[in-house]
Amino acid sequence: MKLDTNTINKIAKLARIKLSEEEAEDLLKDMNSILDWVEQLNEVNTDSIEPLANISSSILPQRKDESSDVNSSDEILQNSPDKLEGYFAVPKVVE
Amino acid sequence: MEFKSISQLKSLLDENKISVKEIAETYIKKINENKDLNIFIYFNEDKIHDQVKETENLSNDNVLKGIPIAVKDLFCTKNMPTTAASKILENFKPTYESFVTQKLIDQGSIFVGKTNLDEFAMGSATNTSFFGNTINPLSKNNNPLAPGGSSGGSAAAVAADLCLGATGTDTGGSIRQPASFCGVVGIKPTYGLCSRWGIAAFASSLDQAGVFSKNVTDSSILLEVIAGHDQRDSTSSNVKIPSFSKNLNSDLRGKVIGIPKEYTVDGISDEINQVWEDAIKSLEKKGAKIKHISLPHTKYALPTYYIIAPAEASSNLARYDGVKYGYRAENPKSLDEMYELTRSEGFGKEVKRRILIGTYVLSAGYYDAYYLKAQKVRKLIANDFIEVFSDCDFILTPTAPSAAFSLNEKQDDPIKMYLNDVFTVPASLAGIPGISIPYGHDKEGLPLGIQLLGKHYNEQEIFNAAFALEKDYE
Repeated sequence: MKLDTNTINKIAKLARIKLSEEEAEDLLKDMNSILDWVEQLNEVNTDSIEPLANISSSILPQRKDESSDVNSSDEILQNSPDKLEGYFAVPKVVE
Repeated sequence: MEFKSISQLKSLLDENKISVKEIAETYIKKINENKDLNIFIYFNEDKIHDQVKETENLSNDNVLKGIPIAVKDLFCTKNMPTTAASKILENFKPTYESFVTQKLIDQGSIFVGKTNLDEFAMGSATNTSFFGNTINPLSKNNNPLAPGGSSGGSAAAVAADLCLGATGTDTGGSIRQPASFCGVVGIKPTYGLCSRWGIAAFASSLDQAGVFSKNVTDSSILLEVIAGHDQRDSTSSNVKIPSFSKNLNSDLRGKVIGIPKEYTVDGISDEINQVWEDAIKSLEKKGAKIKHISLPHTKYALPTYYIIAPAEASSNLARYDGVKYGYRAENPKSLDEMYELTRSEGFGKEVKRRILIGTYVLSAGYYDAYYLKAQKVRKLIANDFIEVFSDCDFILTPTAPSAAFSLNEKQDDPIKMYLNDVFTVPASLAGIPGISIPYGHDKEGLPLGIQLLGKHYNEQEIFNAAFALEKDYE
């Protein structure tokens, strides 16, 4: 057992996902079995191996740093669940 | 009316034997007759008629003029909503067109609709979609089969003849495995060959767009349309795209095919091993040489993938917070509660599971033990391929460990589900191209796929070998 209920709840808080007690218990079981399963990587000797983050084997070109104007704020705001005078609106954060 | 292929339909159009409008009406009818398969998340006849009007007067030089294409609902499309099969994007209307779909539009294709997938492409059966399961069109006798996943809707759309080509994305096998389950051709090109611009991100170092079609020639036509450099994706490669379809050549004399011993795994049916054996013999008969090779780190590919992919997903999916677009929970008491409830109600179970695993393996104190370790093993897996490709031209393996399984089977063990990708994940980690083509059947008559893997940017080589193998079933 790698994880307990406290750790699951802590991770869920970090990920900003609210879990019901039932969900947390369910996930605890699944995640522990997944983490036990990935543990087999410890069999592999990776001393002096560089981590691979970017797989692209060609040299990636750089682009010119130029401004562009492709999206209008009106269009973008249309997708917002709540908006006010040209801004995204969220619940009050300052009392 | 049934059309065999893109090339056949394009000839009919060029000879004025059929119009763009007639093609569209044919496919609208087929889609309406197959609604029970739940292949499309979005289908709107008016939108198709609008595209017909814009397309019918285009020059016939447009290689996809009038060709019906289905689009995986992970690609942003300006004229159709995009959901990623998630409640959290249920009402999302992109303000821009993805690079890949724009390329298809530029060549005159008609989008028939947006296809179902696993939520955010996380799954292997198209059964984690907020919009319900897609049913494999090859299902018989009240036993609904899974179409594979995550691009299950796209593979099923081609198999059910509801389009002649479809887009997909492949992060760990999401094009090749459903292609195998549905008996169609599916290619995942080299990482970086097609721009990821406008594709809802899952695991950015692995995600790659590709296509489905009825035959190898059509896939080669589609891939040369959607490939190409795009400065809006920093990992998009600036390489010359060959004319894959014109260069197709089934002459395999002198080619060396690698057969990796690690792909003989326990629990794989004799039928799959038999199909593999048949394909090897066929390639030998066509003049290729067989070389037995070893990719020693193969068994570590799946656990490596299931650290790296969730880690990247947890970071990519942080953007779904209910502020700028998508679903927002009702009546939150605070900003934090708004985030937590929105994400709790908006994401499905598998997506939450992966976000939490990803958050854990990236968290302080565990990063080195899990994420960094996985990146190092990934390097070893990529090196395995580089080594064997120094003396073989391509690799032949089965695509999936089984034929399409029943949707009635219990699917509550995540690791068992992850094993579906055992043959496809290594190539994803190495970023090399892979194609799956149907090659034979099991005793129930279900198609089995065979996979060809090639060197980086050497799609032509695997297209050619697939083209040669395909002739065995013509």
